[in-house]
Amino acid sequence: MTVLDHRHHTAVPGWLPGATAPRSDPAPLLPDASPVRVLGTPELEKYDPALLRELYRRLVVGRRYNQQATTLTKQGRLAVYPASTGQEACQVAAALALGEQDWLFPSYRDTLAVVSRGVDPLEALTLLRGNAHTGYDPLATRTAPLCTPLATQAPHAVGLAHAARLGGDPVVALALLGDGGTSEGDFHEALNFAAVLNAPVVFLVQNNGYAISVPLTAQSAAPTLAHKAVGYGIPGRLVDGNDAPAVHSVLTEAVERARTGGGPTLVEALTYRVEAHTNADDATRYRDDTEVAAWREHDPVLLMERHLRRIGLLDDALVQESAEEAEALAARMRAEFHADAELDPMALFAHVYAEPTPQLREQAAQLSAELAAEAEVQHP
Amino acid sequence: MAQALNSALRDALRADPAVHVLGEDVGALGGVFRITDGLTAEFGADRCLDTPLAEAGILGTAIGMAMYGLRPVVEMQFDAFAYPALEQLFSHVAKMRNRTAGRLPLPITVRIPYGGGIGGVEHHSDASEAYYTSTPGLHVVTPATVADAYGLLRASIASDDPVVFLEPKRLYWGKAEFDPAAPVEPIGRAVLRRTGTSAVLITYGPSLPVCLEAAEAAKAEGWDLAVLDLRTLVPFDDETVCRVVRSLGRAVVVHEATGFGGTGAEIAARVTERCFHHLAAPVLRVTGFDIPYPPPMLEHHHLPGVDRILDAVARLQWEA
Repeated sequence: MTVLDHRHHTAVPGWLPGATAPRSDPAPLLPDASPVRVLGTPELEKYDPALLRELYRRLVVGRRYNQQATTLTKQGRLAVYPASTGQEACQVAAALALGEQDWLFPSYRDTLAVVSRGVDPLEALTLLRGNAHTGYDPLATRTAPLCTPLATQAPHAVGLAHAARLGGDPVVALALLGDGGTSEGDFHEALNFAAVLNAPVVFLVQNNGYAISVPLTAQSAAPTLAHKAVGYGIPGRLVDGNDAPAVHSVLTEAVERARTGGGPTLVEALTYRVEAHTNADDATRYRDDTEVAAWREHDPVLLMERHLRRIGLLDDALVQESAEEAEALAARMRAEFHADAELDPMALFAHVYAEPTPQLREQAAQLSAELAAEAEVQHP
Repeated sequence: MAQALNSALRDALRADPAVHVLGEDVGALGGVFRITDGLTAEFGADRCLDTPLAEAGILGTAIGMAMYGLRPVVEMQFDAFAYPALEQLFSHVAKMRNRTAGRLPLPITVRIPYGGGIGGVEHHSDASEAYYTSTPGLHVVTPATVADAYGLLRASIASDDPVVFLEPKRLYWGKAEFDPAAPVEPIGRAVLRRTGTSAVLITYGPSLPVCLEAAEAAKAEGWDLAVLDLRTLVPFDDETVCRVVRSLGRAVVVHEATGFGGTGAEIAARVTERCFHHLAAPVLRVTGFDIPYPPPMLEHHHLPGVDRILDAVARLQWEA
């Protein structure tokens, strides 16, 4: 396939005056033909051993987190859980590529990235438990609320990154998206705004093959989703999304490029959602077991374990330590979620406006009276 | 009025470095209605930013800017051009404070020139206020006087909550002296523009001058009409509205947007619920027809005029 490469493009003099100035950063726009891989290559041994061990530990804990949350939905303790099982490498690497001052803009499937960012694992699940919309403090953790509408958080990332740059702060925003999200208008508008504003923002598309039931082939005709970057004049990068050090490396490079004024990057991580879309989905209706089985062989946790053992970075002590941390977290999740939450119905009116409108005051008084009447019936 | 809005933006930009204006054509052109005229020249392109042509992108970017502590003022070029941004408005702008238990308020002002009467072709004359008023989390403000245009826009930009600021575009060229330092009634208060003893016309934005004209004309028929300018649709000033209705016993709600499911339906219902025993006649509505906004050569048939208002006033001589 022949694709235009901007390195060979020469502007026609006099054509569109003002629009032909060469960009100062000549980073190639097109991704490499095959995804970046680190595991199983000599590159792996150049990585910081402490980082690799940290990635392994977080993958193991993250896998257990996904399993336990899925189990909690079956017990009716979470309203819904869109598992990121099989995508843990993208999630933990995304969080680890950011500095403390940076911002993460997650979608609903990115709870594990939020947890890996340092948000309390139980607070990260508040939305999915059904108690409140956002359980954590976005400002304290520089983590936006989990976003349910597709791709609408991407322009927010652009605006925040733009505002930070105007303020002279070296802050980068990372927006997490799925393959389905790349079809949304907000994805297009975010990439275009980011490019025009040269905003320090990175877009990570976790291409897990399906938008609920619709496969990528019915989602996009582009050679890769990373190719979509070319039309906006920003670099696209393709990476093996189940290769944690590779995702970390590509994202770190994109984050640093953004931080130093190089502008936005679109990263496509090739991965797979081995579980259903959510607990309410029946994945057997749209994909067959052989496909799932093949991806289970390419599991991010197994890959990491195999290759770290091969180069002598994974010992039984780390395996045991990581497993114990994972079990402790799972036990904490069970203990917390098997208890009924304390909910305050009056909180419904607390944060609609800075000051409640007269109409909301009336309605709050109505609910308060209803609650008092209920209490009277229960405890006369 | 256009000049008053321009002054309000300029003074807000001067007063607070967090204020940023953004939108399509707001820079060198000064906006298609010149509301942002000269702002980029005075404050630079960072403070008054020409954006790509994409309303969801404009408002979505403003959300991120507000999350980082800025006070964005967004221009949507025409009423119907705001529709691509409605998901950002409804799902995020209106809800972010609530979604985050008050931790991420969004002090965004969305300026939308709205309504007809200027001969615009389709998609340039919609009165869409009902969409905004039925979305919790948004303030909805619509000035009808030059002084209010200045005062309410300053107040909207200073508000810690998002405001949909509806500018009646057919009043842009209205002229009146105003003193920027003079206090105006705050957001959420209705103002009696004309006192009367027979009945009250309840209205806002582009319909205020029509109602004042109708009230003048009604004198010939022996009606002394009060005219109440709501100024703010959310929060709604039940107190003032009910006080006036109770004292007069007769009311007509006038707006140019379609009637079914419209703001007038809400007002008539509220007034009836609260003032039933004070009413001598049903609360009537005079609105645009329930049709897509008509082509400019026919819009005068759609927009409520003096005669249609007077017809309604005549029907207030209710006999059960």
